[in-house]
Amino acid sequence: MSTTLPAARKPGDADVRDTPAGARVEFRGLRRAFGSTVALDGLDLTIEPGELVALLGPSGCGKTTALRVVAGFEQPDSGEVLVDGQDITRIPANRRDAGMVFQSYSLFPNLSARDNVAFGLRVRKVAAAERRERAAELLDLVGLPDHGDRYPHQMSGGQQQRVALARALALRPRVLLLDEPLSALDAKVRANLRDEIRRLQLSLGITTVFVTHDQEEALSMADRVAVLNAGRLEQCAAPAELYERPATPFVAEFVGTMNRLPGRLADSGLVEVVGARLPVDGPVPATRDVEVLVRPENVTVTVPAETDAGTDRTATVVSASFLGSVTRLHLVLPDGTSVKADLPSRDAGALVPGARATVGLTERPVLVVARPA
Amino acid sequence: MAAMTPTAPDTVEAGTSGAAPRASTRRPRPRSRPRPRVWRGAVLALAGAYFLTPLIASFVFTVHVPGRGISFEAYTELLAADGFTQSLLLSLGLAAATISLSLLLAVPALIAVRIGSPRLRPVVEVVCMLPLVVPPIALVTGITTVLRWGPEHLSRTPLYQTFLAVQNEDFPVVLVLAYTVLALPFVHRSLDAGLRAIDVPTLVEAARSCGASWPHVVLRVLLPNLRASLAGAAFLTLALVLGEFTIASLLGFRPFAVWIVSISGAQARMSVAVSILSLVITWLLLLLLSRAATVPATVSAAPATSRKES
Repeated sequence: MSTTLPAARKPGDADVRDTPAGARVEFRGLRRAFGSTVALDGLDLTIEPGELVALLGPSGCGKTTALRVVAGFEQPDSGEVLVDGQDITRIPANRRDAGMVFQSYSLFPNLSARDNVAFGLRVRKVAAAERRERAAELLDLVGLPDHGDRYPHQMSGGQQQRVALARALALRPRVLLLDEPLSALDAKVRANLRDEIRRLQLSLGITTVFVTHDQEEALSMADRVAVLNAGRLEQCAAPAELYERPATPFVAEFVGTMNRLPGRLADSGLVEVVGARLPVDGPVPATRDVEVLVRPENVTVTVPAETDAGTDRTATVVSASFLGSVTRLHLVLPDGTSVKADLPSRDAGALVPGARATVGLTERPVLVVARPA
Repeated sequence: MAAMTPTAPDTVEAGTSGAAPRASTRRPRPRSRPRPRVWRGAVLALAGAYFLTPLIASFVFTVHVPGRGISFEAYTELLAADGFTQSLLLSLGLAAATISLSLLLAVPALIAVRIGSPRLRPVVEVVCMLPLVVPPIALVTGITTVLRWGPEHLSRTPLYQTFLAVQNEDFPVVLVLAYTVLALPFVHRSLDAGLRAIDVPTLVEAARSCGASWPHVVLRVLLPNLRASLAGAAFLTLALVLGEFTIASLLGFRPFAVWIVSISGAQARMSVAVSILSLVITWLLLLLLSRAATVPATVSAAPATSRKES
């Protein structure tokens, strides 16, 4: 087979940072089933050169399967994967131009950090001196210049993942695949490595597919986030757009926190909810009784005067969680509806559990879904 | 923020578990008290006596000739004894061939099962364990029947020569085949434990994504990380082959174990000397193998204790 992708450049012929822009990766109608479980159900997605796209979704949504199809570890039942327009679906994993970092520390235990990084170069029969030089260069790039002689068991989890990243970059792939590389690390190391991966990805211009179930990770790192559900792409958009203008109720509820409030569609195309009449964004269900999706930051909470008689918008504070600059209130309306509201912490001092509060909504278009029977 | 400071449950919990700290203040005493080393010493001495007394008695028997005092004649005569070198070399050759064949069979099979179809693992395990439940005498009866049947029915085919070749007295391949079957449970156990200790699928995928072909993955990634269990399998197979008597004797071959028995009647002192020597040889070989296993283990088998990142 002469279809090695794309003619993997001879390692060592230029500085490690001198990597060409990444490749365009296209998923076309990917379908993959494991027995009766459908992991990918016609996935279509295009990732532009040099872009970092996060595949986000709940467990079993097919995000890891999609990544493994690009890596060559899974064969789709139908559909194809194109890299720079070339169909790579049937090319063996070891002949694809993609580096991969795994969730579990996947360093070879019998090799030092340097030999781990140089493993791919050795496979390609690069001369020993050149291998050492490249490995040192890459270890320097990931911030571990003095760890070349250490073995995996002598390094922390974060250090091991850095070495794994260096190893994945050693052959100068034009596609980098990251399969939940941070999920086994503790919070502080995770945040550091997250920034480092993004910095490296931007400086190398390598097309990166990043699988995660952590939406904070996806939203903070990715150029675009592709939300998958049951093997299908729900939406692929920039983080802000995904959060502000979710295309489907699934995305709306999966990304960030969302209230589901009972409402009623009015003839004017507006929806009545918690005493407000708001414009509807997106598709409108056939039934008049609906549920309205509202973010906690779009809920307003005011303290009524002592003498005010209660209305149907007068809620009781159940709990208040201090989250730094904001405080999340959990309130219950007289009809039993539960509402979450985010308030600037400086305004939430009086809203202690048991206090009365008047709930309102900001004037923004909202998504509505049919109310379950 | 009262909801965030649920003091009551904590208090209750502290109250209910209040006995624990008091108990723990009393407990350190027995913990800090030195363990009764005397028992350890006694057990060690008993076990040592159990194993060493026969050995020492045997050794004394070989070197102490009544009326003549100490003499190492039995050992010096050994090297010149008829059949000693041939039978020892034959046993070592059989052991080497058996180790090679059993590893060649088991390693690819177990790796394939581990990566390709983990569901088959119990099946493979049962098949590999069968030799433990089939007595060697039954195995040798079966082999004898086949060896008799073969030449009678296959005399006009090229297989006839094969039947003769596997029974060549200089190097009876049929013994290698039988020993491989006998060694299978030990080889399987050792390799299976080694394969369970490493994340085979991830290591394979990591190597594949680095451009490694399948042979490269097995030779450069898996086998180096299985070194300890490979050595363990070889260790057990070697011990088995050097000590095996039943099959070799009934099939009429004369490896080391059979030779020892054959001379024991005529030259009692020498036969005991040979037994001691064979023990020493076996120990030396096993030490060599275990050394081969522990050297890389200092690198590969250390626990994955992750240090905190600085």
